[in-house]
Amino acid sequence: VWDKSENGDWHCTASWKTHSGSVWRVTWAHPEFGQVLASCSFDRTAAVWEEIVGESNDKLRGQSHWVKRTTLVDSRTSVTDVKFAPKHMGLMLATCSADGVVRIYEAPDVMNLSQWSLQHEISCKLSCSCISWNPSSSRAHSPMIAVGSDDNSPNILAKVQIYEYNENTRKYAKAEALMTVTDPVHDIAFAPNLGRSFHILAVATKDVRIFTLKPLRKELTTSGGLTKFEIHIVAQFDNHNSQVWRVSWNITGTVLASSGDDGCVRLWKANYMDNWKCTGILKGNGSPVNGSSQQGIFNASLGSANTSLQNSLNGSSASRYFFPPLDSPRAGSRWSSHAQLLPPPPLIEHSCDADTASLQYPHPRRRCVSRPLNLLPENEGV
Amino acid sequence: PSSSRVFVVRKDQDIYIQTLRKLFNESHGIFIGLQRSEEELAGKSRKAQLVQVSKNYRSVIRACMEDMHQAAISTRDPALHSQYSTQVSILSAMELIWNLCEILFVEAAAAGPLLLRLLDWVRLHVCDVDNMVREVLSSENPSKHELFWNAANRWFLQVDVFVLQGRMDEARHLLAKEASANPTSVNMYKTLDDLMKKMPVPSLGNTQTLTEMELKWQHWHEECQRYLQDGTFASNSHMESICKILLGDEDAILEKKELLTTWYQFLVTRLLYSHPTVKPMELRFYAQACMDLFLGGESSPEPLDTILMAAFEFEMHQVIKECSIALSNWWFVAHLTDLLDHCKLLQSHNLYFGSNMREFLLLEYASGLFSHHSLWQLGVDYFDHCPEYGRVYLELHIERIPLNTEQKALKVLRICEQRQMHEQVRSICKIMAMKALRNNRLGSALSWSIRAKDAAFATLISDRFLKDYCERGCFSDLDLIDNLGPSMLLSDRLTFLGKYREFHRLYGEKRFSEAAKLLLMLMTAHIAPCSFWMTLLTDALPLLEQKEVIFSAEQTYELMRCLEDLTAGKSDKQKFQDDDVETMKVEMLRLALARNLARVIVKEGTLEGS
Repeated sequence: VWDKSENGDWHCTASWKTHSGSVWRVTWAHPEFGQVLASCSFDRTAAVWEEIVGESNDKLRGQSHWVKRTTLVDSRTSVTDVKFAPKHMGLMLATCSADGVVRIYEAPDVMNLSQWSLQHEISCKLSCSCISWNPSSSRAHSPMIAVGSDDNSPNILAKVQIYEYNENTRKYAKAEALMTVTDPVHDIAFAPNLGRSFHILAVATKDVRIFTLKPLRKELTTSGGLTKFEIHIVAQFDNHNSQVWRVSWNITGTVLASSGDDGCVRLWKANYMDNWKCTGILKGNGSPVNGSSQQGIFNASLGSANTSLQNSLNGSSASRYFFPPLDSPRAGSRWSSHAQLLPPPPLIEHSCDADTASLQYPHPRRRCVSRPLNLLPENEGV
Repeated sequence: PSSSRVFVVRKDQDIYIQTLRKLFNESHGIFIGLQRSEEELAGKSRKAQLVQVSKNYRSVIRACMEDMHQAAISTRDPALHSQYSTQVSILSAMELIWNLCEILFVEAAAAGPLLLRLLDWVRLHVCDVDNMVREVLSSENPSKHELFWNAANRWFLQVDVFVLQGRMDEARHLLAKEASANPTSVNMYKTLDDLMKKMPVPSLGNTQTLTEMELKWQHWHEECQRYLQDGTFASNSHMESICKILLGDEDAILEKKELLTTWYQFLVTRLLYSHPTVKPMELRFYAQACMDLFLGGESSPEPLDTILMAAFEFEMHQVIKECSIALSNWWFVAHLTDLLDHCKLLQSHNLYFGSNMREFLLLEYASGLFSHHSLWQLGVDYFDHCPEYGRVYLELHIERIPLNTEQKALKVLRICEQRQMHEQVRSICKIMAMKALRNNRLGSALSWSIRAKDAAFATLISDRFLKDYCERGCFSDLDLIDNLGPSMLLSDRLTFLGKYREFHRLYGEKRFSEAAKLLLMLMTAHIAPCSFWMTLLTDALPLLEQKEVIFSAEQTYELMRCLEDLTAGKSDKQKFQDDDVETMKVEMLRLALARNLARVIVKEGTLEGS
């Protein structure tokens, strides 16, 4: 566990070995419940941890203490994901296992983290690799969980399933299966809901896919009230050119980050006409891939991406200005220019590469020097 | 080999640049002012208002530029120096674009004034001869440049620059010097001076119509033509070239390319001397032609060129789009688009999310501000003015602000409360309460749960307080509990806590009969939880042992009843498990109660004064 100190540095304040197998995932509970973590592991268990505030000395030494509040041992196979439910559902979490069972636990007393009861067991029939809760707290939406599978079995079953809580039967039932996803799924994530009626789901599989799920009228079957969805794929990107392992949304569900076997993190964003495009590529160490990611408007001199810009700066052009009394008149001014926004008219389709191309051409020397600011014509009236 | 490190990546770096802080803060003020400005003003007054807003924005950009410039010249670090210089250049470009948009879109200058505005526009971003010369001299191949050959006669160049910018008076002033240095050309000079003096320019006021001006101009143009053709200036190439420029001779103007330095300066010069009454809609043709001529196929347009061209073509959306691509900070496009929207110039597309471009850009800009530890407060106001998604964006962002200090939490809370964001208020208070509780700051936890109106949590914390009291014999956070006031009623346990503390206070103030009454009431009114009754009864002991009789007979009977209820409630097994202390306590109580009863019966039975 890392903590951010007052001066903005991150320090590792706790590190402990506990599971007897690889730890697959960790996840935070909402801070309303305190400092709570859950972990899941190949050792068939999931655990819930709470931070205990220790002696004041520890704080000075930058240490934090975590105690295990409970171990969930119901699974007979590796537990591949653990996620807390949205806070409006109380203190609840879901786990999924390699044998295809999704378990939902609840702690009825939020102050007592050692008491968890198994509320639901859902059998997905496929080995599960990931789950995601639908974060929507709208009363129009029942609790919903998406389950992804990385099953390699030859029968081509949909690798993403949606389970919805049925108020009448008080059970979770399968509402949808995304038939178009037939490759192993490594990660799945619902986007935050901004008051929309429909849901957005990102899937990490052999490529990045974004789906919308629009609820249709509830079918009045005997089991009552299961929602039917209209499913659309709004984006599919194979830019990683390899398996995509993780997908994650920003706070407003407007930017999706994906990571893949190509060693890159890619950022995806929809413009206001709802066309999804790549807005950035980062290498494993966080540095932007050449000219592809947004830099400051004021091109700070960091990173290798800068040098390619500098090269194109050396020619001068009508757009270059520099400020007179400086001793090095050659202060180049070319803008750092990287698309962060994918702009309105659908006319121009800018891919990442096109943006970089616009930077690199030679110019003759056309330079303009701007005067000191105090020489403004009188009728500026400012 | 795989790295086992975690990297923290951040976008929107600009918000962390100290010198830009002013830009963000002051433009925020202008933005809010614009949103609240009088929509009822119509026509000219509204337009004047909007133009003033635009000027205000530009002045903020310039102020920032000045600061940045100061930073650049005062730093010794070459990397910083270069960074600041670049920033200055970019701000300058931003001002250039904004200024043009103000002229063409906000003010929508008509033919006549349009040219004057454009002249002002290029003059603001003017080229200083000295620097030009220095540039040339320090370049790789100085002799390639015409400037080099004329460098000796700097004022020569300066005259040309003034002429190219239409600054007749200044040009004439310098020309006089040239004339005095060459007595033979006095007559030539006089003629030229006269022509320059007489040149008709569009007026801002209503002193002449466009047609009148055009006529005058036509005459003047012809007069210049005559002098040129007569060979009046033949013997002085400099003056001859000036005359040609006055006539709008394209080649003559282009010869001064290095003094013009930019294609749009070239454009304005051309317009000044060939078509001063140019109409807004005609600009695009001249602009394209001038850019092509000036660049002459040697180079392709750069982002700035494309943006300016889009403006001349009155393609507002294109301008915004190109700016968005070229600038990776939303500040510029968000504020400009908002202004244009207020000018009712942007059609709204029907978007996927039901929002429009103005809102989209403002949401992006404001979201970027939220990752900053103090600028987020500006972001709040921007969200407020996004009717479709502003509120939900604010709800999502405000919950994620790190609440490192109580002050910050209170600030955030105030913002939520002002906007009736009840769920966020509750959530933030809960988070703060939990944090306090974990750190054993019970008082803080209690006050947060009261603020959150979280009865359950308040109960829990009250229990902790009471437990603490039982263990330690004293209360912590007395101030808080003493001043609960009406919030005491949030939960029964909390009420009990408050009242119990009041009991102790009364006792401390030796107001024994009031204390006694309160104590009894706590049990009989069932405000006290059963688990606490023993403690309460034990608290009654000192009151029973006082020299003076405090409890009345009736009260004593009540107390006895409470004690019996308590002990009767226990099963035999429990009684067996009670340790000696417990049994002794009960015994002592029984004894004390009995003694008190005895005394009080006597007292109440006695007649006063007998």
